[in-house]
Amino acid sequence: MQETSTHTVNEYVTAMIGGQLFGLPIRSVQDVFLPERITRVPLAQPEIAGVLNLRGRIVTLIDMRRRLGLEARTDEGPSMAVGVEMRGESYGLLIDSVGEVLKLDDAAREPNPINLDPRLARVSAGIHRLDGQLLMVVDVERVLDIGATTIAA
Amino acid sequence: MDDLLREFVTETNESLDVVDVELVRFEQDPNNAKILDNVFRLVHTIKGTCGFLSLPRLEALAHAAESLMGKFRDGAHATSEAVTLILATIDRIKQILESLENEQREPDGADDDLIAQLHRMVEKVAAPVTASQQAVGTLAPQVLERPLLPGENTLDELERAFRDTKVDPPAKRAKPQAVADTVKDDEQAKNGGQSIRVTVDTLEHLMTMVSELVLTRNQLLEIVRRHEESEFKTPLQRLSNVTAELQEGVMKTRMQPIGNAWQKLPRIVRDLSNELGKQIDLEMQGAETELDRQVLDLIKDPLTHMVRNSADHGLETPDERRAAGKPPHGHIRLSAYHEGGHINIQIADDGRGLDTERIKAKAVAQGLVAEADAEKLSEAQIHKFIFSPGFSTAAKITSVSGRGVGMDVVRNNIDQIGGTIDVKSVAGVGLSFTIKIPLTLAIVAALIVESGGDRFAIPQLSVVELVRARTGGDHRIERIKDTPVLRLRNKLLPLTRLSQLLGIEPTKGRELENGFIVVTQVGSRTFGIVVDAVFHTEEIVVKPMSSKLRHIAMFSGNTILGDGSVIMIIDPNGVAQALGSTVTSQMADAEAEARHVAANEEATSLLVFRAGSPQPKAVPLSLVTRLEEIDARKIEMSNGRHMVQYRGHLMPLVSMDDNVRVKGEGAQPLLVFSDGVRSMGLVVDEIVDIVEDALDIQVAGDNSGVLGSAIVKGQATEIIDVGHFLPLAFADWFRRKDQPAQAARRSVLLIDDSPFFLNMLRPVLQAAGYEVTAAGSAQEALAMINDGRRFDVAVTDVEMPDMDGFQFTEAVRADPQTADMPVIALSSVVSVEAAERGRRAGFYDYVAKFDRQGLIAALKEQTEIGRAA
Repeated sequence: MQETSTHTVNEYVTAMIGGQLFGLPIRSVQDVFLPERITRVPLAQPEIAGVLNLRGRIVTLIDMRRRLGLEARTDEGPSMAVGVEMRGESYGLLIDSVGEVLKLDDAAREPNPINLDPRLARVSAGIHRLDGQLLMVVDVERVLDIGATTIAA
Repeated sequence: MDDLLREFVTETNESLDVVDVELVRFEQDPNNAKILDNVFRLVHTIKGTCGFLSLPRLEALAHAAESLMGKFRDGAHATSEAVTLILATIDRIKQILESLENEQREPDGADDDLIAQLHRMVEKVAAPVTASQQAVGTLAPQVLERPLLPGENTLDELERAFRDTKVDPPAKRAKPQAVADTVKDDEQAKNGGQSIRVTVDTLEHLMTMVSELVLTRNQLLEIVRRHEESEFKTPLQRLSNVTAELQEGVMKTRMQPIGNAWQKLPRIVRDLSNELGKQIDLEMQGAETELDRQVLDLIKDPLTHMVRNSADHGLETPDERRAAGKPPHGHIRLSAYHEGGHINIQIADDGRGLDTERIKAKAVAQGLVAEADAEKLSEAQIHKFIFSPGFSTAAKITSVSGRGVGMDVVRNNIDQIGGTIDVKSVAGVGLSFTIKIPLTLAIVAALIVESGGDRFAIPQLSVVELVRARTGGDHRIERIKDTPVLRLRNKLLPLTRLSQLLGIEPTKGRELENGFIVVTQVGSRTFGIVVDAVFHTEEIVVKPMSSKLRHIAMFSGNTILGDGSVIMIIDPNGVAQALGSTVTSQMADAEAEARHVAANEEATSLLVFRAGSPQPKAVPLSLVTRLEEIDARKIEMSNGRHMVQYRGHLMPLVSMDDNVRVKGEGAQPLLVFSDGVRSMGLVVDEIVDIVEDALDIQVAGDNSGVLGSAIVKGQATEIIDVGHFLPLAFADWFRRKDQPAQAARRSVLLIDDSPFFLNMLRPVLQAAGYEVTAAGSAQEALAMINDGRRFDVAVTDVEMPDMDGFQFTEAVRADPQTADMPVIALSSVVSVEAAERGRRAGFYDYVAKFDRQGLIAALKEQTEIGRAA
């Protein structure tokens, strides 16, 4: 690989959510796990799927389909979760399935198309054109920006 | 960082904190050589170590400060000015230490300014010493013998007066104190030898590991619970015990005396008193009371803030104090003590108290309360506004406080640790705050319950008891319109379904009527939380909730159960608040209470119903034993009266008035009043609601059976006189059973400022066979006593205007004629503290206002004693 491009290459964990391919920057991903024994949290924001125990830590699960304004899942396949950490707290992003890790050149990343669904646009950090499909880079921080104010406390 | 350097920074910081405290003490007690020696030694050690570690700035500063203190030791007078300078030097040393800690080197800069000042001071205090020593040598003893005792109070003035002559005290030392101090020092030295320094991180890590161990232990217990016969049972029991002990041990290491949080206060108060020109004594009691480190960190700032407030706003200047007939010295008292699973911290001053009028005006200006409503609020309710966000009444903004960050911030911090704060203020006498906080936050016992198919944990601390409700059973859930209530030992408990509170689907087939009721107490409020099932109690490790969930008031945290699943922990405070908004629409927490329309009476639960007319009628809920709906066909006529078979007895039915007809068919609603074995049913048309409102009877009723009218929830409502109806059911209701013979009838003096309670209690006491004399105020009652009237016992309300129950009792006790008369206090607030205060004032007994049985029992007991004597 050329000297000039090494510092602009990012690695992404790819995830399928509602038929769309997403990429999560690998440095923000802790692990990928199969969520089990989810405890739902009454009165929580609709995006919050619940909490669960992952090796002694309490992880808050975010339903990515809801978060991205996609339709709820109809098939019964097992969901996966991508573990991320922010400000000392653990979160799990609930996705349909996890794919391979891709190395993508930052220079090839394109800005969001102006007609992108606003619910996607608010968490997107840009688009990569891959062979045959598009990958949306997810800004994890913005995904987790679920204000408590969306619901009257 | 270099280990040596780190140790130096830690140790020096600790030494400096001591120096701060000691110097303030020294300033007040300049003849105490012991204190000075101690300060001198600490500074000397700092200086020595700095030289060793080659920290030139620190060394120079410490050296200059040491020279000045050396002069004191040689007998120079410690002026306030000089002490201030040394304190400033210590502050500079602290600054340098801080950057030393962060950057591992001394920061650039010079301290010539301070050092020069110190040198000047050295010369200033030293020069006259030699000059005056001989000159006023003979005068010295006269001047000095006096200030030794009260001297600390007026040191500053004396100093100013004598500065010109510079009279120098030959070092006269207070020997006994020195001895005491030596003993303390020995003890400290002994303790010092037996302790080691451990970083907080190590302890925190240990705590986390123990928490994990507790969880794993719970997990194992859960597994073994499923297997009846298991060889693991015994060793696991042992493991469980060891874990519990380990947990306790580690928790103990996290405990720190609250004195650590108070350490900086003497210095702060000293600086404040200089700055504000006030004379302030700071008293600290219970500094050894231990608190969880985490809790301590969170209350440190609020405490400091409150002490600042007291010094700045609370205490008056010496002139103002003298004018008010108080000693010129203001007094701030901090105290801490254990009580149950809580720690109480009190901050009290003898200053001017809160300015009720100004708070009221501000509250109205900020729109916290409508002007009309504000007039009806009691002082205590108005005082609670100081906890509202952005509330500060300081007219002038000083450098000390009054910047708008006020008690709301304090309250937030205390809320965070699950504590409560209360304020009491008497104008011109003083102000006190009481903070109540849980001992530890980390591990609590919780009751695991199920609702709507999910499990939740309810902290055991707030659970009073568990009741199983059953249709037709003793503990029956009744409904008043849509509000379910449970009558438990003659108290009506408001109920709420947990599933409803949490907005989750209730489990099908689980009827409210067959649920488990978790009787919960929050503050003075008791209520029932209805759940589908109750499992067991478990020691849970409280883990903070995700920041995304923290806004949900119903939960205080979450935890991992023994079976590995996550469970949400219910916050009883949150439930109480939610309950307040659904059941009584107002009430609940302090703000709501403050907004509550009340005419100096607390809210009373009223049962509102209709009978005979569209105008609503009401009766205090506490008087009603039961609410019944009976099949109208079961109503029989006997002896020209309506009767119904009720619980194996014939119960007479009484109509409100002729307009109320006993129904011929369908369900007939009844209010059942019972007293011992007798019951009476009051026939009504419809039960409307239960409301909580202040009872202020405005118009005396002109027709019998009505005490008067009151505004209940904005509607004129007739308040029913139950005493009127009881004899209608049983002509002998007030003259029956164990009623004492006429000659032995005991006389009761009943004092209450509320005509309603007088009217309500009079028949109750008469029914119990007492001769009742009513007085509408304590003064009226005392006037009767002064007229020579004698009573076997007095029953008095505690909260009354002008003269309260405590003062009345003290007056009674003070009069030898009545000193032996038992006094029973009635109060709507029955707390341990109030009961204790009552006992001190001379109450024989303390009874809740609506506890009729309790009152009768207390009366019986007191008059029996009187009879036996």
